[in-house]
Amino acid sequence: MPRPPSPSIPEKEFVHGALKQSLRVDGRAMLEMRTPTLTFGPELGWVECAMGKTRVLAQVDGKMVKPPPERPLEGMITIHSELSPMASNEYEPGRPSEEEVTLTRMLDKVLRRSDTVDKESLCVLAGQRVWHIRLTIHILSNSGNMVDCACLAGIVALKHFRRPEVEVVGDEVTIHHPSERAPVPLSMHHTPFCLTFAFFPDPSTPPLLDPSHLEETLSAGLLSVALNAQRELCVVQKAGGIPLAPDDVLKIMDIAVTKARELDKLVEARLQEDWKTRNVEVR
Amino acid sequence: MTTVLPGEHVPAQHVNLKLGPGLLQQTSVGGTPAVVSTRAGEVQHSANRNKWWIEGNSRRYAPAPQESVVGVVVSRSGENWRVDIGSAHMATLDGLAFEGATKRNRPNLKVGSLLYARVSLAHKDMEPELECFDAQTRKAEGFGELKGGFLVQCSLKMCRLLLDPHHFLFPLLGSRFPLESAIGMNGRVWISAKEPRQVIAIARCIEAVDPDGGGMDEAAVKKFLNTLDV
Repeated sequence: MPRPPSPSIPEKEFVHGALKQSLRVDGRAMLEMRTPTLTFGPELGWVECAMGKTRVLAQVDGKMVKPPPERPLEGMITIHSELSPMASNEYEPGRPSEEEVTLTRMLDKVLRRSDTVDKESLCVLAGQRVWHIRLTIHILSNSGNMVDCACLAGIVALKHFRRPEVEVVGDEVTIHHPSERAPVPLSMHHTPFCLTFAFFPDPSTPPLLDPSHLEETLSAGLLSVALNAQRELCVVQKAGGIPLAPDDVLKIMDIAVTKARELDKLVEARLQEDWKTRNVEVR
Repeated sequence: MTTVLPGEHVPAQHVNLKLGPGLLQQTSVGGTPAVVSTRAGEVQHSANRNKWWIEGNSRRYAPAPQESVVGVVVSRSGENWRVDIGSAHMATLDGLAFEGATKRNRPNLKVGSLLYARVSLAHKDMEPELECFDAQTRKAEGFGELKGGFLVQCSLKMCRLLLDPHHFLFPLLGSRFPLESAIGMNGRVWISAKEPRQVIAIARCIEAVDPDGGGMDEAAVKKFLNTLDV
């Protein structure tokens, strides 16, 4: 399947014309996000995040490995993301598309390099045994802004996951089954959220948050910001597109902070709701 | 009502049997013809049981002859245009398959133009072909380039519902404001109205009624329309 053509002329003209009047095709305000829906699976660390018709599945699992000799005191985190033809008919299996590279890099920056998970707490026995946390992200359906959705799914999955309790006596490592001892959550430094803004060539069109697929393809540039509710900026990514004035970027940061706080509240509320329904039995 | 998966036998028998979308007649080893389904969905038949078809919902379009579709011009190759109609392969449109088109006077289409056309050839081993006129009368009959307006994507069931003259949505919207539409069987609906907010209202209503998404009924859409300020 060849790549589908860019949006048709009538679509392009209509979207640009409507945005000039601050109207979006899905009826949202310019800086309104689609409210993410988080669904938790039967296992801990299994999260499906949906923003409109964009759906992402994230899953976390952990196993014991021997650490690499250069970092004997740190656990390991690997992120696997997959963009299959299931997400949209634009993607082909095999060679990674441009979007897939951007997605993988962004996930790596937001979830791993921003030091979200305390890696030293994943060390069980120095140089001998550490936890290897593997996060797998499947894009189920893409209708725009899958980077934000994937980052959110990933971070919620990490927060939702609980690893089995381990006991170290001398050189003996015992892993307790979840039915014997309650599993422990990962120790997290902070919770970054990714927010994407789209810019349009027309100067009278203000930037918009959480672009849909059509808006994303018609935009003249995307700016992705990752930050936590404590106003700590983790990642700013802008790959090409129209130039922005420093003031514009600062304005966007202020908006992003309020949105990140809202997201943080939503995620915490959903996690607590889910935790209440789970009965962890300790015998 | 029975639900079938692709490859299942369908007990369709009639002296004058007519098979619709999703059904295929196969000759088995014994020599008796058997009817099997080629897609998943509900088996339906007409009151006198001579017409059978399968009603299902999907998002990917498989072209069938004589269906009207909305396509986007992708490129030009010699005399022909290559048109994306959402199927697995691009369709070809002859540059002369328009009303009043001659070698000298051909329609002026650009890459990215929207078209309302009819599938004139759909064969499993060939690329689909389109035409923008009625081959007998050589009149446009409503086909041709779509200028202005907006394109809405919906599921294939939704566009079949919209083509039903008894469906409530377009009469309801038409009672509020004037609108134009071209419904393609490939899950694309072109709409046009005077104000952008009216076009957005139509697009949101189609999405809300789509059985693949919201699946709203008439009363809910009326309520929803009142919130849209049109």
